[in-house]
Amino acid sequence: MKASIIITPKKAVLDPQGKTVQGALEHLGYQGVRDVRVGKYLEVELSGVDAETARQQLEAACHRFLSNPVIEDYRLELHD
Amino acid sequence: MRRFAVLQFPASNCDQDCVHAVRVLGHEARLLWHKETSLGDAEVVIIPGGFSYGDYLRCGAIARFSPVMQAVQAFARAGGLVLGICNGFQILCEAGLLPGALIRNRSLQFRCEQVFLKTANPDTPFTSRIPADALLRIPVAHGEGCYYADRETLIELQTSRQILWQYCSRRGELTDDANPNGSLLNIAGICNRAGNVAGLMPHPDRASEAILGSTDGRWIFASLLATLDQRAAATA
Repeated sequence: MKASIIITPKKAVLDPQGKTVQGALEHLGYQGVRDVRVGKYLEVELSGVDAETARQQLEAACHRFLSNPVIEDYRLELHD
Repeated sequence: MRRFAVLQFPASNCDQDCVHAVRVLGHEARLLWHKETSLGDAEVVIIPGGFSYGDYLRCGAIARFSPVMQAVQAFARAGGLVLGICNGFQILCEAGLLPGALIRNRSLQFRCEQVFLKTANPDTPFTSRIPADALLRIPVAHGEGCYYADRETLIELQTSRQILWQYCSRRGELTDDANPNGSLLNIAGICNRAGNVAGLMPHPDRASEAILGSTDGRWIFASLLATLDQRAAATA
């Protein structure tokens, strides 16, 4: 089983990386770019746990450790 | 002679600077490896600057779970004095001992320079010996020092007088130009509600001897020492 975790800065948090990438996209002529947020992507491989246990554990880990709820949001997906 | 413990994580790099700064003031400083579970007889804990665990995941995110930090949590709960400098400040925020977070500098640049600091609250264990109206000239060296907290937290920091130092111009004005990293409210350092845990991005340890260009950092260490003396007198 594999888990994908996407972590992005919260909307209210300044994301200078996203703004710089957005500026570069505009500079390169790509049109219609309204906003860019730069985050992180984690792939976690699991074995020996059922899907429900895996989800519960990873939710807890995302909240406590993998993301910082003060500044970041996360999205967790489990795949077979 | 007062007893300071300076924590040491893999990739701490200002641990020896902090030990030296304490020793030149005539006090005892001991390095404490991150796997230690006890702070021994330390009266003050300093969490030094550096790049603990390579800054992987987020600055301070991994260090906060080290065994020694569990001892620091208990020490802080009991009222012990804890000062986090630079990466130490980041670790204290990640550990929930201080509110808010330190994020990437607004400029995306690593900033390594002298800054001026205004003391926003002189009535704390970390600031009591800073001369009234004196601006501190202390260096910063960081890539992730932009202080962020949500609106409610910022209001609480202000009403509880938890903002200790703010970046300012050489004339003491809280300008945007004087802010090296984009910190909200020009925040350079804060303390917890109880006032016994503080963190700041600038390095008082690098401004404690004339040969380093400034001795202003000494006022922060002197404040801690005065607090210990007051506490000792109160219990005597």
